[in-house]
Amino acid sequence: MTAMREDFREILRLVRPGARVLDVGCGEGELLELLTREKRVDGQGLEISPEGVSACLARGLAVVQGDGDRDLDHFPTRAFDYAILSKTLQQMREPRHVLSELLRIADQAVVSVPNFGHWKVRWALLSRGRMPETGALPEPWWSTPNIHLCTLRDFTTLCEELDLRIDACAALEGGRPARPIDPAKPIENWRAETALFLLSRRTEAAPEGMPQNLFGEVELPTPEGLAPRPRRKKARA
Amino acid sequence: MTAQAQIGGSFETGGGTWRFPANQPLHLDSGGRIAPLEIAYKTYGQLNETRSNAVLVCHALTGDQHLASTHPVTGKPGWWSRVVGPGLPLDPERYFIVCTNVVGGCMGTTGPASTNPETGDPYGLAFPVITIADMVRAQAMLIEALGIETLFAVVGGSMGGMQVLQWAADYPERLFSAVCIAAAPRHSAQNIAFHEVGRQAIMADPNWVGGAYLKAGVRPEKGLAVARMAAHITYLSEPALQRKFGRELQRDGLSWGFDADFQVESYLRHQGASFVDRFDANSYLYITRALDYFDLAGQAGGSLAEAFRKARGVKFCVLSFSSDWLYPTAESRDIVRALNAAGCRASFVEIESDKGHDAFFLDEPQLDATLRGFLAAQASARGLA
Repeated sequence: MTAMREDFREILRLVRPGARVLDVGCGEGELLELLTREKRVDGQGLEISPEGVSACLARGLAVVQGDGDRDLDHFPTRAFDYAILSKTLQQMREPRHVLSELLRIADQAVVSVPNFGHWKVRWALLSRGRMPETGALPEPWWSTPNIHLCTLRDFTTLCEELDLRIDACAALEGGRPARPIDPAKPIENWRAETALFLLSRRTEAAPEGMPQNLFGEVELPTPEGLAPRPRRKKARA
Repeated sequence: MTAQAQIGGSFETGGGTWRFPANQPLHLDSGGRIAPLEIAYKTYGQLNETRSNAVLVCHALTGDQHLASTHPVTGKPGWWSRVVGPGLPLDPERYFIVCTNVVGGCMGTTGPASTNPETGDPYGLAFPVITIADMVRAQAMLIEALGIETLFAVVGGSMGGMQVLQWAADYPERLFSAVCIAAAPRHSAQNIAFHEVGRQAIMADPNWVGGAYLKAGVRPEKGLAVARMAAHITYLSEPALQRKFGRELQRDGLSWGFDADFQVESYLRHQGASFVDRFDANSYLYITRALDYFDLAGQAGGSLAEAFRKARGVKFCVLSFSSDWLYPTAESRDIVRALNAAGCRASFVEIESDKGHDAFFLDEPQLDATLRGFLAAQASARGLA
């Protein structure tokens, strides 16, 4: 529950006021509503479940019913400043394609993925020889929606291959405040339970005035309305 | 100009026939004009002081202005009584809801059954061919005449949804929001083909008399009924037909003849027969033609996104039904894609239903919930109480 809040808090911190934002797998629209209220973003959601779409509409959000795997090609190139994909890349049929699509549609992508290299995962596999069930990966192998799990290093390698630049990276663990990390450090591939990335195309110059590390130590005041909220409904089953 | 208002239920209904003087003609896409123009319309609820709560509902091919009040010919409730009423998604206690009979129609708005001022006879085939854009232009004239600068919403399903898209293309500055249900940005070859079957059935009826049947004192009822029967099949899904009728017989055993043995035959015959009581055959020809000519991208140089280029300020909601094979979901997705490409903010929902195209008239709780949610959110953005 609190993990999601930290996730949102970090995204809220990253996004420029007034930006155009696409939230892929927006669920019931909690994040988009938060971004609209706190950052006055021009938001658009993409959500697969009819219940999620109805909830978004009732919140006054623009939402398109669709599937991140299939329907990203409906959006024009560079239509958004940010495309957000929260903890669902590993559930996509073609994560590599989805990642390139996010950075075709938007100038920057905010992507979070559970790290399969986390020590708890490695330990579960090594000690018990069973598929790990951890806080970030709670489901047994036969019911998990996660079909394309990767480690932190796998993800940074894919970013290299796709010529994407990692503008910022933070580790998220069990609801604790986000910890800025250097994803290239081998130790982080053991320590980070979930990693949140801010990505852009390497061919683009770094946006002007962008701080070196967006996850700097500056503690922002908690925005109102960031009180613990109900767990976000899974974007895709 | 006649207008009567009475209290119906707990909300005010009004309307009548707006007669534009001959010097205010309706200019048509074909280059022609209609003058004088009369528009029959109904209203539900009251226009607020700031004139900001008006909703225009656009009807489908065989619909009319009797949206939520008893139909004067059939005595049945209005065609969208399920959605329009106190406590319903389109609440006349909150909105001023206007519904007009389209130009070319036969429920009071000028159409092929109206008197041609040049001859004193019914227009018949002398009536000019009209388009969806012509229908919308006529609606815009009425909305202006009613003193409404900006519509809070324009809402419609099927052909009504096409009018909604046309409104967004032609009068975006006069719209706050738009709801397009079970529609398409253009008529497909299959759509045109089905309409052609209907038109040929009408024109093959000897009582059509080259379109001059009213003067001859007859009506091409058989042809019109067949047209309706063919079209009605396209409004239903195969599973819905199967569930409703299957191979059920009208009575025990087969007749070994050509009576309506199967319930589905009897149902279609009834649909055809009751339709001719309330609809004019020439109107059917003209309105189906307008639909066939509809191609929003074609009007905008081949790009659908271009058609919506000026509609960035309008909030869109596009809805489709999963089992609609007349205007399938892919068509609605094309609309949404074009809206996105044009920089418009659009919402899209595909409603799971096995009822086919006609689902938007029927009990579909998700349709109601979506309409209610979208309109309520837009109303609060518009500052409507």
